[in-house]
Amino acid sequence: MQGFGKFLETFFNAEVAARYLPDILSGMAVTIGVGLAVTVTGLAAGLALAILRAMGRGWMRLPIVAFVDILRALPPLVLIIIFFFAFPMIGVEMSAFTATWLALSLVLAAYAEESVWGGILSLPRGQTEAARSTGLTWWQTMHAVILPQAIRIAIPPLTNRVIAVAKNVALGSVVALSEVLNLAQSATSAAGNPTPLTMAAAAYLVIFIPAMLGARRLESRFQWRT
Amino acid sequence: MDALLTNFFNVGVFKQVLPFLLEGLLTTLGLSVLVIPLGLAGGLAVALLATQGNRLARILVAVYVDLFRALPPLVLLIFIYFGFPFLGIDLPKLLAVALGFLLNNAAYYGEIFRAGLASVPAGQMEAARSTGLTRGQALIHVVIPQAVRNVLPDLLGNSIEVIKLTTIASVVALPELLRIARDAQSLVYNPSPVVLAALIYLALLWPLVRWLSRLEHKNLVAE
Amino acid sequence: MTPLLELAGLRKSYGALEVLRGVDLRVFPGELVCIVGPSGSGKSSLLRCCNRLEESTGGHIIVDGEDITRAGVNINQVRTRIGMVFQQFNLYPHLTALDNVTLALRKVQGKSPAEADALGLAALERVGLADKANNHPAQLSGGQQQRVAIARAIVLQPKLMLFDEPTSALDPETVGEVLKVMRELREAGMTMLVVTHEMGFARAAADRVIFMDAGAIVEQGPPAEVFGAPKHDRTRAFLARYTAGH
Repeated sequence: MQGFGKFLETFFNAEVAARYLPDILSGMAVTIGVGLAVTVTGLAAGLALAILRAMGRGWMRLPIVAFVDILRALPPLVLIIIFFFAFPMIGVEMSAFTATWLALSLVLAAYAEESVWGGILSLPRGQTEAARSTGLTWWQTMHAVILPQAIRIAIPPLTNRVIAVAKNVALGSVVALSEVLNLAQSATSAAGNPTPLTMAAAAYLVIFIPAMLGARRLESRFQWRT
Repeated sequence: MDALLTNFFNVGVFKQVLPFLLEGLLTTLGLSVLVIPLGLAGGLAVALLATQGNRLARILVAVYVDLFRALPPLVLLIFIYFGFPFLGIDLPKLLAVALGFLLNNAAYYGEIFRAGLASVPAGQMEAARSTGLTRGQALIHVVIPQAVRNVLPDLLGNSIEVIKLTTIASVVALPELLRIARDAQSLVYNPSPVVLAALIYLALLWPLVRWLSRLEHKNLVAE
Repeated sequence: MTPLLELAGLRKSYGALEVLRGVDLRVFPGELVCIVGPSGSGKSSLLRCCNRLEESTGGHIIVDGEDITRAGVNINQVRTRIGMVFQQFNLYPHLTALDNVTLALRKVQGKSPAEADALGLAALERVGLADKANNHPAQLSGGQQQRVAIARAIVLQPKLMLFDEPTSALDPETVGEVLKVMRELREAGMTMLVVTHEMGFARAAADRVIFMDAGAIVEQGPPAEVFGAPKHDRTRAFLARYTAGH
């Protein structure tokens, strides 16, 4: 019983929790903000790359495939560290926000390109042919016939990926991005008590469990009978 | 251009730090060889509980999977490594990392195995039981092998993610590749070691990513 | 009378493989022409060259007096005047039957949604499927899907309709409803070029039957002639094999 009391006092210390709640909340705002920014830019860039690849100009295909491969192979933490610590040495200064946002956007763009491209590839050729036979241009066919279907196919793998990449905002703590984990670590050393770390874990759950449930709803909503 | 060469691709620095980075690579590989099988075993257990267990087990497993898929692994690792000492429990770095990875990976691999088990038609279990195999035997010899084969690309994909994830061990100063590279960077005042580490990660993981791409593509064509 | 479609010396090859070896063909307004022949004879390639889904490698394609192989031709506008129906229907699965039919009206012809819907419903009415306007393709039978595909083509009021084995992917019991719609189209004066394996339909409905083999037209004439008294050995062999095999 005494052991349990000590456990509670250590990880769920109400006094410490109350003192650092404002910090944690401001960290949550940063985490959510960076996560949303990464989602928007990453998905948009991934979609644009998939469309470029579908346009099928030979010289564009190789750099896109290389980009996707490299960003799927590189650990995101390595990217963040290179952007934040190495780029200033060649005169490109980046804030912790920019480094984290840029690195994670690039990573998400690579995965999104792969998913959307997979969706495009899985569609029968007849879809394009039917659309073109009624006089639609390449762009109109892409926009009205191919992408709506390809994106629906890409949504289940993409929702999981978006959440996985957005969770990596926590990696920003390594370059002192003032998201939840970073603030919680400072608070833990200041308070001499790990309750802020518990709060950080809880804060991430509060952000990402609804995100996961939302993703599941989105997946079922975007299914259409086949 | 010169600045780029001196700071990012400094051959002198490369030569100087390469032996240390290779040592770090060995640690990264060793860590991967430790945590991937642990995660696979944990994931299989999670999937079996989720599909074969009783109601209570299923609910607990579902909660566990959702919690640990929502929690960033770095948050988990920091919680374990910096939180536990406050209880007077001093976990060695490697143990803290292994524990964090096990908790995280079992949830991810568990979801993959669960999908795999669901992809095997119920008739397979029935056919095996009808020939006198026990439930356990039927699982081991008939159902699980098919389930694994059906999700091989996903297992490979997740294992690539796990290898990339070992970089977070650098945050608790475990001397894996990224940690060594960052230490070297501060020693030589030049970011080339981190760039070299990135190149090593690329050399290690690019072939796996290509292989994965092919597996995924093959599935696409086969369907 | 000037032909609506004229192929002059049409050639098509894939690398060294020559699938069309200089085909000459004229289709006149109101005519229903059926193309028959063994698989690999070039029938489908010929059809797909007519709206440039496949690019010919030689010769000319003249539609309604316009050479559509000429550089600078607006192929998308040409295609709204040439309807095409595919073996696999190729309906858009994410759109309702009505939206399938109206997409090109809205996007290519720039019609307002209300106007497009009215025209689309009328086209679905013509193929007997007005009541299915809000269904998705997956909720329709194969025969119904193919009728929607026909509506998608005729709604653009094409002058010429191309049919690429329109009944080959259908269950036997739904073939009849598609052929019936095609006969009605013909009676309404539509010019049609049909690649088919339905010899019964070709015999009963066609004005002219064309037998193709190895990338060339072997013989052509009224169905009674081609089916009843074929002039060439190859035609006889094909018809014998076909009637024996079915």
